[in-house]
Amino acid sequence: MLGKGVVGGGGGTKAPKPSFVSYVRPEEIHTNEKEVTEKEVTLHLLPGEQLLCEASTVLKYVQEDSCQRGIYGKLVCTDFKIAFLGDDDSALDNDETQFKNKVIGENDITLHCVDQIYGVFDEKKKTLFGQLKKYPEKLIIHCKDLRVFHFCLRYTKEEEVKRIVSGIIHHTQAPKLLKRLFLFSYAAAAQNHAATDPRNHTVMFDTLKDWCWELERTKGSVKYKAVSVNEGYKVCERLPAYFVVPTPLPEEDLSRFQGHGIPLWCWSCHNGCALLKMSALPKKEQDDGLSQMQKSFLDGIYKTIHRPPYEIVKTEDLSSNFLSLQDIQTAYSKFKQLFLIDNSTEFWDTDIKWFSLLESSSWLDIIRRCLKKAIEITECLEAQNVNVLLLEENASDLCCLVSSLVQVMMDPHCRTRIGFQSLVQKEWIMGGHSFLDRCNHLRQSDKEEVPVFLLFLDCVWQLVHQHPPAFDFTETYLTVLSDSLYIPIFSTFFFNSPHQKDNVHQRQLSLPLTQSKSSPKRGFFREETDHLIKNLLGKRISKLINSSDELHDNLREFYDSWHSKPTDYHGLLLPHIEGPEIKVWAQRYLRWIPEAQILGGGRAATVSKLLEMMEEVERLQEKIDARPHGQGALLAEAPLLLRGSARLSALFPFALLQRHPSKPVLPTSGWKALGDEEDLAKREDEFVDLGDV
Amino acid sequence: MSRDAHPPTDARRRAAGGGQGRRGRRGRALEGAERGPGAKQPGNGGGARSPRVSRMASAPTSKYNSHSLENESIKRTSRDGVNRDLSETVPRLPGETRITDKEVIYICPFNGPIKGRVYITNYRLYLRSLETDSALILDVPLGVISRIEKMGGATSRGENSYGLDITCKDMRNLRFALKQEGHSRRDMFDILTRYAFPLAHSLPIFAFLNEEKFNVDGWTVYNPVEEYRRQGLPNHHWRITFINKCYELCDTYPALLVVPYRASDDDLRRVATFRSRNRIPVLSWIHPENKTVIVRCSQPLVGMSGKRNKDDEKYLDVIRETNRQISKLTIYDARPNVNAVANKATGGGYESDDAYHNAELFFLDIHNIHVMRESLKKVKDIVYPNVEESHWLSSLESTHWLEHIKLVLTGAIQVADKVSSGKSSVLVHCSDGWDRTAQLTSLAMLMLDSFYRSIEGFEILVQKEWISFGHKFASRIGHGDKNHADADRSPIFLQFIDCVWQMSKQFPTAFEFNERFLITILDHLYSCRFGTFLYNCESARERQKVTERTVSLWSLINSNKDKFKNPFYTKEINRVLYPVASMRHLELWVNYYIRWNPRIKQQQPNPVEQRYVELLALRDEYIQRLEELQLAGSAKLAEPSTSPAGPSPMMPHVHTHF
Repeated sequence: MLGKGVVGGGGGTKAPKPSFVSYVRPEEIHTNEKEVTEKEVTLHLLPGEQLLCEASTVLKYVQEDSCQRGIYGKLVCTDFKIAFLGDDDSALDNDETQFKNKVIGENDITLHCVDQIYGVFDEKKKTLFGQLKKYPEKLIIHCKDLRVFHFCLRYTKEEEVKRIVSGIIHHTQAPKLLKRLFLFSYAAAAQNHAATDPRNHTVMFDTLKDWCWELERTKGSVKYKAVSVNEGYKVCERLPAYFVVPTPLPEEDLSRFQGHGIPLWCWSCHNGCALLKMSALPKKEQDDGLSQMQKSFLDGIYKTIHRPPYEIVKTEDLSSNFLSLQDIQTAYSKFKQLFLIDNSTEFWDTDIKWFSLLESSSWLDIIRRCLKKAIEITECLEAQNVNVLLLEENASDLCCLVSSLVQVMMDPHCRTRIGFQSLVQKEWIMGGHSFLDRCNHLRQSDKEEVPVFLLFLDCVWQLVHQHPPAFDFTETYLTVLSDSLYIPIFSTFFFNSPHQKDNVHQRQLSLPLTQSKSSPKRGFFREETDHLIKNLLGKRISKLINSSDELHDNLREFYDSWHSKPTDYHGLLLPHIEGPEIKVWAQRYLRWIPEAQILGGGRAATVSKLLEMMEEVERLQEKIDARPHGQGALLAEAPLLLRGSARLSALFPFALLQRHPSKPVLPTSGWKALGDEEDLAKREDEFVDLGDV
Repeated sequence: MSRDAHPPTDARRRAAGGGQGRRGRRGRALEGAERGPGAKQPGNGGGARSPRVSRMASAPTSKYNSHSLENESIKRTSRDGVNRDLSETVPRLPGETRITDKEVIYICPFNGPIKGRVYITNYRLYLRSLETDSALILDVPLGVISRIEKMGGATSRGENSYGLDITCKDMRNLRFALKQEGHSRRDMFDILTRYAFPLAHSLPIFAFLNEEKFNVDGWTVYNPVEEYRRQGLPNHHWRITFINKCYELCDTYPALLVVPYRASDDDLRRVATFRSRNRIPVLSWIHPENKTVIVRCSQPLVGMSGKRNKDDEKYLDVIRETNRQISKLTIYDARPNVNAVANKATGGGYESDDAYHNAELFFLDIHNIHVMRESLKKVKDIVYPNVEESHWLSSLESTHWLEHIKLVLTGAIQVADKVSSGKSSVLVHCSDGWDRTAQLTSLAMLMLDSFYRSIEGFEILVQKEWISFGHKFASRIGHGDKNHADADRSPIFLQFIDCVWQMSKQFPTAFEFNERFLITILDHLYSCRFGTFLYNCESARERQKVTERTVSLWSLINSNKDKFKNPFYTKEINRVLYPVASMRHLELWVNYYIRWNPRIKQQQPNPVEQRYVELLALRDEYIQRLEELQLAGSAKLAEPSTSPAGPSPMMPHVHTHF
């Protein structure tokens, strides 16, 4: 039965088809039958979503076997997304679509997900922005999740072309006001939804209790205290309402420089050492008196944290001798171009130079440097028993990244799903990372757009990839999380600070999903996929490690010695950072490129085997348990989770399968010059004259 | 045999060791301890003598471990007494004889100089650390040695500057520092040279001295008649010919060939005159349904004058017609166009349009053996001893290694696609048809025919397309030969195994074998412990009676198959496997090329795999418990009608998908 399913693929085997839910809201769950029979020509609107403009007889190009095919349909733009409503429902019948994003359809692009829009005029590709004098015959949309859409407008009425093109450009590129975010319209329309989920394990860190709990958990409460001095954001709008500081720190110090210059507690290590962060004092060079004041203030602070019980504190200045935000921005903008591929020719042309292109983007090197920094800090905390104070201008970018990375490596709790979400909540949301600016959600400044959070996820991915059993979640979880950055129905990633969020809240703009952090994974896929997201390998992670290793003063030795030992997945976790070990997060970056799909291969193939086996073992277990009571009960074959795993893409569950499974992709580009080897290349294999053979 | 080998050994030790009684005694004692299992011929598998037999049975396993993946492991944890005792013995194969031992300093590129004792036998170099905090062991078959150099002179100053530098074929170098006084270095140099390069000293290659016994005979794995029968041959269009029984038609081809039914033996002889080294087009594989074929050969002898041969032209047309297709015959010339043209100067060339009307020729742009050799050298430069840090990716690119892999895979995909789609039959050649051609045909067959993705199937594939069709293993590897700079040497077979690894990486459930299987094959490609890869062609192997006088590598593997199995393997008949030949998915095979670097070493085994194996065991346990419960239940009820729910419907279900 099982074997048949695998070989038969899309054939006559009518195993119960796992139903999928195409939509986010429980009250709107469709049955699968309805979804399949219904042609997707009707536009599905979210509560509160409004249609803005539309154009018919638009041709969407589909890359197929290195030639292009077109599907006619309607292109619409709402206040939430751009959507293409095609006549082509063949994709829906495919088994592969059994896993589908509940919010964003295959042909949906949320407005925030749009990266660049290009128009094609007389075969020439130009970036589109502002008011257009001339309208293009073809529209190319590059998305932030790296999808590329091609829409041909040649057969569309001129009026409609004008309306849709300028509509799309306006709604995706013009600066927006915060209150215009779709988030609010959605929340107003779908208000009853927020309260339905009573169980929420993710710690939100928006109460004093949450911080106390975290202190308790990490045994940090001896030396650190949670304070409520910033309740109502009286002291400072950058900081959360509650946070943790060294116990002896006088409360009046906290308000001296609006929270600047205050060591804030992030996490405590099992040996009592703590990871702290501090935003630098504002630079005021002209005023000597002020800088003198600052200096003595800081001296006082340092004295406090250098006195017992704190002993030694090592300061890591992340603003001066580490990556700059500019570096990250430049690297990523080069890097993403490698995946925003317009056609097959471009794919194969860049394939020859792939490694040098990858290197010249520096993205992988930046990941390496982040991981290395995290290892350095881990070594201080773990091996040298030294407190570490991270210093950054606002303590809200690289501080978030480095401190959360250190915690993922050192604290196994952060490798559970709940723990990871709590960590994101603690370090990024409460840590005041400016998601709104960094993602450029309001399109107000391209300069501020820096993918710091994505960089963090990519670093975590490297760890997940190298040590899958150490995590309660898989790469799919991380990919989904990265996508949710651009979906404005979750409020988590749409504010610059907790103050900003609370403030708009007070101004009558209700917010959806206040338990926001847990929503992305919950809302996206139906339960079956939860298996995929939840790591099967993660066993119960109980407590922090207590092994006290001998002291090393050398990072290399720390690193080498860790790697020479068998890995304790419930303990300290270090990444490999040698060149060959830092890899491209294929699932996120390559998932939409048809040429890069490996059908029936990749990690998806082994993971689905693992899942099948787990199901089978569970079923057998049930049978054994049921045995004493009702003897001989023949359990029905449970529906197979992943039918025909042979046909899944290696980048499952994301890839669009537009390739014919029985046809290979063939590189089309030629050979690159061998350079100094030309001589050899011309030589004959054997030095035998064949003339007289 | 082993008795004969002993006297010179003892004499040598007396001469070399002199009055060092302590060492001599110890060596002898060890030898005695080793002799036990060695003298007893294993393989007769009697359960009563289990301790000794079981130790023998496990011997190949530990050999494997010690000199490949787990080599050079440095364990800081102190071992308990039992372990230490075991580690004191130097592993020895039956037929392996001790030559000498010496105290040296091993200059480990990763951990600095380590004092150790090196033991040299006629098969291996074995080093054990004499330092208490290091448990380093080196176990290197002498066959992997490519070059031995003396470093430093008698007057060299500086610590550890005087000694030997050994270059290996498996991506590493070994350095030993020796004492300057006495002739310690000269002795070691002479002995190593003698036994690492036996051909230059009229000594036999170790495979002929190896007396290992296995309960499976690897030489029986490949039987050409059976393999062709599996493919449905002979049939109406293809016949098996014994024309080459005595290797008279072509001395580098196997005795048994499959040729078109309509071509007579005389036709074949005439075609042979027009093909380089008489390597005529013969069948490698036939598609079970559409009957298109993969045919292999060498280049036609067109020459500068553009010679033609009617028989050859007719012969290709006969091949084209065997599947009753009207389409043209597709010829894949593995070489770059320019090289094919240049070959005319030396009498070779390619099939021109005007001579071969019914054929279409494509060049696959795969470079020659010299380019591949240099490329691999560059790979070694960037991974050994230290992995290039700052510009890893561009350094990797500059080696072109993965680019070559990409081209080989791309060529094989094209061959496979042509045949699988039933568009036309395919003829593959390069210059002589024993390097690139073997790569292309065997990879295409691996893509097309799931049989070759099993352990035995893969062995048959290697045996058939590589060994029997005359890939020049002896010249390409240089078994026992001291000429390290020989231009004939080239890592063509390694490149093929790398391609297989890339495929298994892309399709982790499609192959019955695991990575260890591939690494083991490569280790023994060099080790000279088995006869499998010795000599250049079948006729030479037959002359040397290799199958009678040596052990096959497949004996080792097939008697211990579980070690080489991929737990994720899902047998899928008729599934054509097309890897994606894009740099985005090709990776440097870290576990092979960088395996000596302890910093890079990846987790063995892979944790996901381990978890899966645990689940498999759990499943089997549950099934067994369920059966027991059912038996108990049915016994209690004594009612046969309940049996349909019994284990019988369960079992096939469970086993089908593995």
